[in-house]
Amino acid sequence: MKPFITHTGIVAPLDRANVDTDAIIPKQFLKLIKKTGFGPHLFDEWRYLDHGEPGMDLTRRKKNPDFVLNLPQYEKASILIARENFGCGSSREHAPWAIEDYGFKVILAPSFADIFFSNCFKNGLLPIVMPSQIIDDIFAAIKLNTPYTLTIDLENQHVILPSQEKINFEVDAFRKHCLINGLDDIGLTMQHSECIKQFEKNYYEINSWLL
Amino acid sequence: MQPKTLYEKLFDSHVVREEAGTYLIYIDRHLVHEVTSPQAFDGLKMNHRPVWRSKSILAVPDHNVPTTDRSFGISDPISKIQVETLDDNCKHFGITQFAMNDIRQGIVHVIGPEQGSTLPGMTIVCGDSHTSTHGAFGALAIGIGTSEVEHVLATQCLILKKFKTMKVSVDGKLNKGITAKDIALTLIGRIGTAGGTGYAIELSGESIRSLSMEGRMTLCNMAIEAGARAGMIAADDVTISYIENKPFSPKGEELEKAKVYWKTLHSDQDARFDKTIVLNGHDILPQVTWGTSPEMVVNIDGMTPDPKKENDPSKRKSIEDALSYMGLESNFPINKINVDKIFIGSCTNSRIEDLREAAHVLKGKKIAKNIKLALVVPGSGLVKLQAENEGLDKIFIEAGFEWRSPGCSMCLAMNADRLSPGERCASTSNRNFEGRQGQGGRTHLVSPSMAAAASVYGHFVDIRTLN
Repeated sequence: MKPFITHTGIVAPLDRANVDTDAIIPKQFLKLIKKTGFGPHLFDEWRYLDHGEPGMDLTRRKKNPDFVLNLPQYEKASILIARENFGCGSSREHAPWAIEDYGFKVILAPSFADIFFSNCFKNGLLPIVMPSQIIDDIFAAIKLNTPYTLTIDLENQHVILPSQEKINFEVDAFRKHCLINGLDDIGLTMQHSECIKQFEKNYYEINSWLL
Repeated sequence: MQPKTLYEKLFDSHVVREEAGTYLIYIDRHLVHEVTSPQAFDGLKMNHRPVWRSKSILAVPDHNVPTTDRSFGISDPISKIQVETLDDNCKHFGITQFAMNDIRQGIVHVIGPEQGSTLPGMTIVCGDSHTSTHGAFGALAIGIGTSEVEHVLATQCLILKKFKTMKVSVDGKLNKGITAKDIALTLIGRIGTAGGTGYAIELSGESIRSLSMEGRMTLCNMAIEAGARAGMIAADDVTISYIENKPFSPKGEELEKAKVYWKTLHSDQDARFDKTIVLNGHDILPQVTWGTSPEMVVNIDGMTPDPKKENDPSKRKSIEDALSYMGLESNFPINKINVDKIFIGSCTNSRIEDLREAAHVLKGKKIAKNIKLALVVPGSGLVKLQAENEGLDKIFIEAGFEWRSPGCSMCLAMNADRLSPGERCASTSNRNFEGRQGQGGRTHLVSPSMAAAASVYGHFVDIRTLN
């Protein structure tokens, strides 16, 4: 995983609450057995006017001209902002894979669904929870100033506005450590193998019916 | 000793180590299916890592499998590769799998309990959000992503922080015809789809205690639709008698020993919850969703909402978008909504009691003329067999339903079973998101008896008004 330290990018506004994982990456694309290549199908049913299937020639597909990511001013966006409960629904990690593969590095929302939130960190994607009022303000500011650019400083936990005003955000210390250092948490857990073995020894002595 | 909630008991008994509020939690059971596992197995192979405890794993293909004749295999080449990849990975890593043509094959959340591989006191994970189902047994069961699947395969552990705790008490008796599905939808309507985010929900109270294990599974299954990664119900005699004599459940002395422990799996009298919600079972009516999120739900005698009455602009827009997608007017009576298709199945409602409940409504009746397709997809090969032994298949077929083979089917439409654009479905599944059952498809979530009744009348009807 690539380390995430700071990121500056254009913000794309997805003005919807409860954006679910079926919308982020529709089910027909979950049949693929690799982690890559989901980006072209991110928000497939909103982005295109025809029905998408894996392996389609994308150049022949008709784009929905009204969908935010199809607007020329957001073509190079790498930060996504949305409303409450982003990523609700299924546990499919294909959702963060698609978002990351498309080119987003950061998602800002007032709240996220738990499984999606946790999946993001495993893929170098930073979901940031911000108060609704700040999210409202950013949505409003984007309408007035496009392209609207933000800088995310993970080390200092700041979202830096175009005015250079810094807004603090919370991030779990362990997740921050893994993101900044690009660490694979399986490797970290493996360092505690002896501890796991010791746990098992005691555990199965007590709960012998589970052996 | 400090009184503990059921969640705290389950969590604390599985802590391998802790560092600054981040815990390494030991996992007893890992359920695996074909969609969220291939990349995890790939990761293990790439890093030359073995599976830590292959015995803890039970695998089954369910999302992609056809529900029609399987003797020729899977016709969709991409689905076929995914199912074969699971076969190969299970062989490679020595994992028990019920392959597509095994009679025990079925939806992962149906077969775990059916086989006795879901037990009280366990930590259970699966790369599927509806893993919360297994919490019905007094277990800590949570849905995980593929990276976490790989982590559990490699280390038998999951990195977790503690959830907050929410107690949902459903007091009093349920009215006749009211099911666990109606309780689940009522709760989601009350707290919203993000109401349980960050919480483990424990369901309790007289109405919950009166439910069978299958009803309890339906309820815990939908905890994730309220945003909670885990839903759970204390283990009691109903739980224990369900488990006895299942293929993988403990036997003899081990069972007796286990029972002593299982009986402690309830929240202590004075345990403190971060939040408490109280519902009155008697007030719960048959539920029908009208929109594109499970929280967009009303009583059968209700109407679609009026966005003009909503003051919050963001919520007003959500209502307008949902009504537009669903092709519904505001203030439209639910019992006048006509449907095109019926789906009885999914990890929420495909167990034998669900099929009995639907068949009871359908006995001697025919589906209405406007119903283009009515599907029953049993949750497992063994549920299907049991239903056939009871003659339920004949009731469904005579009514005009198609009697299919087990799988996730039209709950998420990864296989050939799906809605066409604009089609409206009464579905016993768990999600009514845009496109969930097929692009442009419109889903109304209901209980099995309500779906069966809609099939007979061609529109939603109040199950309580039928004989």
